[in-house]
Amino acid sequence: MIQLCSCVPAVLLASSSIISLGWADVLIIVIYFAMVLGIGYYLSRFTKTGDDFFLAGRKMTMWIAGLAFISANLGSLELMGWAASAYQYGILAAHWYWIGAIPAMLFLAIVMMPFYYISRTHSVPGYLKLRFGESSRMLAAISFAFMTILMSGVNMFSMALVMKVIIGWDINFSIWVSSITVLIYVALGGLLSAMFNEVVQFVLIWAGALLIPIIGLVEVGGWKGMIARIHENFPHGDYTHLWSTLGHFRDNPMGINWVGIVFGLGFIISFGYWTTDFLVVQRVLSAKDLRSAKMSPIIGAAFKMLVPFIVILPGLIGLAVMPGLVGQDQAAASGAASYNEILPLMMARYLGPGLLGLGITALIAGFMSGMAGNITAFSTVWTYDIYKPIHLALTGKEVDDKHYVSMGRWATIVGIFVSIGTAYLVEHAASIMDYVQALFSFFIAPLYGTVILGMLWKRATPAGGFWGLLAGTLSSIGMWAWVRLDPRALSIIAGSPDAKAMAEDMYRALWSWLICVAVTVIVSLATRPKPEAELVGLVRGCTEIPSEGHLPLVKRPIFWAGVVFAAFIVLQIIFW
Amino acid sequence: MHEEHGISIWFFIGSLLTIYGLIIVIASLPALFSAINQPHVVLADLHAGLWWGAILLLLGIFYVITYWPAKKDQPHSES
Repeated sequence: MIQLCSCVPAVLLASSSIISLGWADVLIIVIYFAMVLGIGYYLSRFTKTGDDFFLAGRKMTMWIAGLAFISANLGSLELMGWAASAYQYGILAAHWYWIGAIPAMLFLAIVMMPFYYISRTHSVPGYLKLRFGESSRMLAAISFAFMTILMSGVNMFSMALVMKVIIGWDINFSIWVSSITVLIYVALGGLLSAMFNEVVQFVLIWAGALLIPIIGLVEVGGWKGMIARIHENFPHGDYTHLWSTLGHFRDNPMGINWVGIVFGLGFIISFGYWTTDFLVVQRVLSAKDLRSAKMSPIIGAAFKMLVPFIVILPGLIGLAVMPGLVGQDQAAASGAASYNEILPLMMARYLGPGLLGLGITALIAGFMSGMAGNITAFSTVWTYDIYKPIHLALTGKEVDDKHYVSMGRWATIVGIFVSIGTAYLVEHAASIMDYVQALFSFFIAPLYGTVILGMLWKRATPAGGFWGLLAGTLSSIGMWAWVRLDPRALSIIAGSPDAKAMAEDMYRALWSWLICVAVTVIVSLATRPKPEAELVGLVRGCTEIPSEGHLPLVKRPIFWAGVVFAAFIVLQIIFW
Repeated sequence: MHEEHGISIWFFIGSLLTIYGLIIVIASLPALFSAINQPHVVLADLHAGLWWGAILLLLGIFYVITYWPAKKDQPHSES
């Protein structure tokens, strides 16, 4: 531990921290806060209508939408959680960035985006309303709003914990300062402000975090030197192969097999998150035209493929240079350092004056972009998909756009305060990552089943969509509760007594998706389908997708999707 | 960013990188003359702050000049 710095007011500091801040570090952090608030204030003049506030006026270029799309996902769990997971599980954690993201993002761009965009929906639950009716929309909206607020609370708590560990800031101070900052700039400029700040945050995350793996690789003697040191430190575990250890649950530190990774993560959780989680889809819906909307996830996918360099690689370098870090529970009992702190520990190891401030700013930026993403998505879904239909049902009359903008601002304020409450709840949760993974499989996997059937199968009926979504969600919660009550149930759900917690999440998602699809199909076949005229713009086969044949090859989304997919395949082979 | 919003987002980013680059370079200069300034930093002799700060500074200046708000006719839209 290093002494506390006199540059920061002592009242804000706890008793111990990994490092101290110099004048340059504090100045960089202060300038960052001033900049995001300034951008929010500047953009508030452009936020007048509901479309401006909730969808950034649907005028964003592909680069803004694409970078905001990826940045909204680069929250606290991405930076801190997966660096820790890389230390715990090795390079297997990179699956969440590659097979757990790239195919789904390209699928969103090429297959699903036309329907979201042409239908002119303002949200994913809004699409369900158009395709399946009010009940499906309400079910998806309420579950999404619930999940989003919990996610936001997780983000807040993670950030506060990092600030406490690294620089000794009091948890309450961190939670309140970051929350109020996000509240101000989102309430002022809505999605426009959130997206512009996300682009700034994206640049800062790279500027602040990129130096850690670069210097780390220098220290360990390059990639080969790092692998040699890891094998030396952990001779009985394989932390450096992406696929070759996935033949059986017991062959890898994660306790999972390739079926769980390919189907559970790659085809269900990943597709569910990247194609139906409104937090990310909202950014793409703001694009100015269909081609930009299709290109945005492709741009996002290209950058997503590179994120392991600043998240997974520091975890692997940590295995090489800092063996002996332990899990959170063991750390709490023994006083040893936890691998959950691997990223700040690496920052403390490599970054000097100024760079440290930039690194911490990168973390704060990640936390705030994730939080703002959750809050903007929450305020949109609350306003359009929960409040508006209820208000309409109760009063029987439409109100003007300004009313909804005002409601969006109030939802932002209330959402922030509910998130703060959630953050204090999360403080008592045993494992943040497990908590979030469980949430994903409760809601996201079944929602993906409903949306994909709705888009690709004309015969899917409103009753089928609703009951499939409900059955999938309830079955997911049921399986989760079953394992909590009887841990032996895990071997039944995952099909192996060697399965560990991560495998449970993957297989629960897979089963809940299958149940959702099965129930949707069965109920749809037993009920009356919608007339085809009502499916125009919503379903493949009933919707005319604008041709891109007139565009040169380098301007076609399908071409760039192919390039990104080829790069993805090459990475799998290199790290096999 | 589209024209309607006046100042390009890349101008904001360029400004931030310029300021940050400058601060980091200035803060890293003392380490050139004394290793005691960074006792906890591994490989401090690489002087990463100096060259990383310089890269940010140059990148920031490039973006500030390219997306200076006065250049209203500058195409800010990438698509």
